[in-house]
Amino acid sequence: MKYLRFVMTNLKRNKTRLLFTFLSIMTAFLMFGLLSALKIAFSAGADIAGKDRLLTLHKVTFTQPLPISYGRQIENIDGVEIVSHQTWFGGIYKDPRNQLPLFPVEPEKHLQIYPELKLLEGNLDDWVSNRQGLLVSKSLADRFAEEWKVGDRIPIQTSIWRKKDGTNTYDFDFVGIYQLGEDLDDGGMLMNYKYFDESRAFGGGTVGWYVLKIANPDDSAQIAKEVDKLFENSSAETKTSTEEAFAKSFAGQIGDIGKIINAVVSAVFFTMLLVVANTMSQSIRERTGEIGVLKTLGFSDSKVMWMVILEALFITLISAAVGLLLAKLFVDNADSVRKYFPIFYIQQKDIVVGLIIAAVMGVIAGLMPAMQALRLKIVDAMRKVA
Amino acid sequence: MLLQINNLHKDFKRGKETVHVLNDLSLDVEKGDFLALMGPSGSGKSTLLNMIGGIDRPSSGSLIFDEVPVHDLSEKGLSQWRADHVGFVFQMFNLMPVLNAWRNVELPLLLTKLGSKDRKTRSLAALDLVGLSDRATHKPGELSGGQEQRVGIARAIVTDPDLLLCDEPTGDLDRKSGDEILDLLQALNEQQGKTIIMVTHDLRAAERAKKVLYMEDGKISTTRNI
Ligand SMILES: Nc1ncnc2c1ncn2[C@@H]1O[C@H](COP(=O)(O)OP(=O)(O)O)[C@@H](O)[C@H]1O
Ligand SMILES: [Mg+2]
Repeated sequence: MKYLRFVMTNLKRNKTRLLFTFLSIMTAFLMFGLLSALKIAFSAGADIAGKDRLLTLHKVTFTQPLPISYGRQIENIDGVEIVSHQTWFGGIYKDPRNQLPLFPVEPEKHLQIYPELKLLEGNLDDWVSNRQGLLVSKSLADRFAEEWKVGDRIPIQTSIWRKKDGTNTYDFDFVGIYQLGEDLDDGGMLMNYKYFDESRAFGGGTVGWYVLKIANPDDSAQIAKEVDKLFENSSAETKTSTEEAFAKSFAGQIGDIGKIINAVVSAVFFTMLLVVANTMSQSIRERTGEIGVLKTLGFSDSKVMWMVILEALFITLISAAVGLLLAKLFVDNADSVRKYFPIFYIQQKDIVVGLIIAAVMGVIAGLMPAMQALRLKIVDAMRKVA
Repeated sequence: MLLQINNLHKDFKRGKETVHVLNDLSLDVEKGDFLALMGPSGSGKSTLLNMIGGIDRPSSGSLIFDEVPVHDLSEKGLSQWRADHVGFVFQMFNLMPVLNAWRNVELPLLLTKLGSKDRKTRSLAALDLVGLSDRATHKPGELSGGQEQRVGIARAIVTDPDLLLCDEPTGDLDRKSGDEILDLLQALNEQQGKTIIMVTHDLRAAERAKKVLYMEDGKISTTRNI
């Protein structure tokens, strides 16, 4: 790319302008990165939610436990294929600030209900067969990457479930790292319910909530009604809804937040487009004479046009890459944010999308001044100089 | 014959009025010639030079350069033809302010297939030829007018073109620097056989040429051999 050098030198001609352009594009993409992580923080539940999964919780509040016997009864309802359960463990690692979303589950059933669960490292059999086996989501594994390696023994305290021996510490074998599907992360950890239930000093024989896989998503309303009817007037009445509905009510107006974030990001990018287009346009106008000289020397119209586009592309891509990198650095180290949003990370997909947006922005912003340069007639350009 | 110009016309529209700047102009230029083009301001000297250099097109008439009908070339073909055959020297030097001297000289070579090493060698050789090898890494802003024009000449000759077109190359220089530029052009003509067409207002400059042409009423009115 012998022209790239020349293009880069051209960028340097007005350092103040270069700096401001760089800073504004960089900031826009820094924001894009942070907002995309925030969007995930808000919508992760909804993304993970399957239409064929129902949640059955205690009617009063989901922190109240349900009897383990309910599972059998729910399983007998027509259209229910698998019933599994989860409980909130209240995990803490070393420091109360390190709150961990750890869930005791039944491994086999959990895997049947969440077939999209995918191991990135380790072995699923180890988890199923080892009572103290612990599966860790990719984002958590990354967060503790310096301390935890697959195969390690990891002690985790609980803020709720004191053990029969009077201590609060459960010991685990870190057997694997998981994510959901290709690129989803629920930010959680999974342990074996048996280990949990036999160790805890109280609450034995209860679970936090049930997860039901149903045969046909169209029946979800009907089945939910039937489940709740089953336990009507019992000591623990239930409320059943789709995983999706639950995730939404839990996280608030997710849909709206996502839309607002998208609107903000689009507005920012549109503004950036105008800024870059205007800057390039001005820069090209100032260089009218030089472009005339280049054409006189034998640079073809299209070559000059491409050089202008390359220039716009270069500044947007570099600035965007720096912005995205800063966003990633921030998010990777934002453990304090993860206290409130355990799933807070930038998807690789969003980085790629960001770079594509930058490239498109560069080309569009460069296009107008590039056409200006393309159409410029040498004689007109030179008359302006002389 | 290197260049044959026949019945060249060039009109410009100025509002409703049409100005005939070149009016049935014919001219032959032989290889190795050094022509000085004189005439009153606005007589069309620059316009003629632009036609010859292929940076503007005639309204009618023909320009044959070494059997190539320049007036008939496409835009792209014309760009390539300029890159291959013509070197331009401007009154205002027209160097790229962001590039240093040798990078300026290198510009036309970017259009060739030469690798970066060869481009550098050639650019430095051209700078050496104009006596500026010690200023290779200076930016135009750090050079005197005469030095800038020498860089401009190095840029014009770095691709070894047959034809050098100079539009008032000494017009913006003091007498001493102007004389040095004229020495250089004369040497390029005599030692390297470059064909040169130079527009000038200055009789002293014109005397360096082999022939002086006067333009009047859109054509060449008189030719004087020196
Ligand atoms: N692009 C143009 N559009 C309109 N008029 C032009 C253009 N270029 C030159 N002219 C006119 O043509 C005449 C000759 O100009 P020029 O060739 O620059 O003269 P010279 O170089 O001899 O001083 C002038 O009257 C000038 O105004
Ligand atoms: Mg002129």
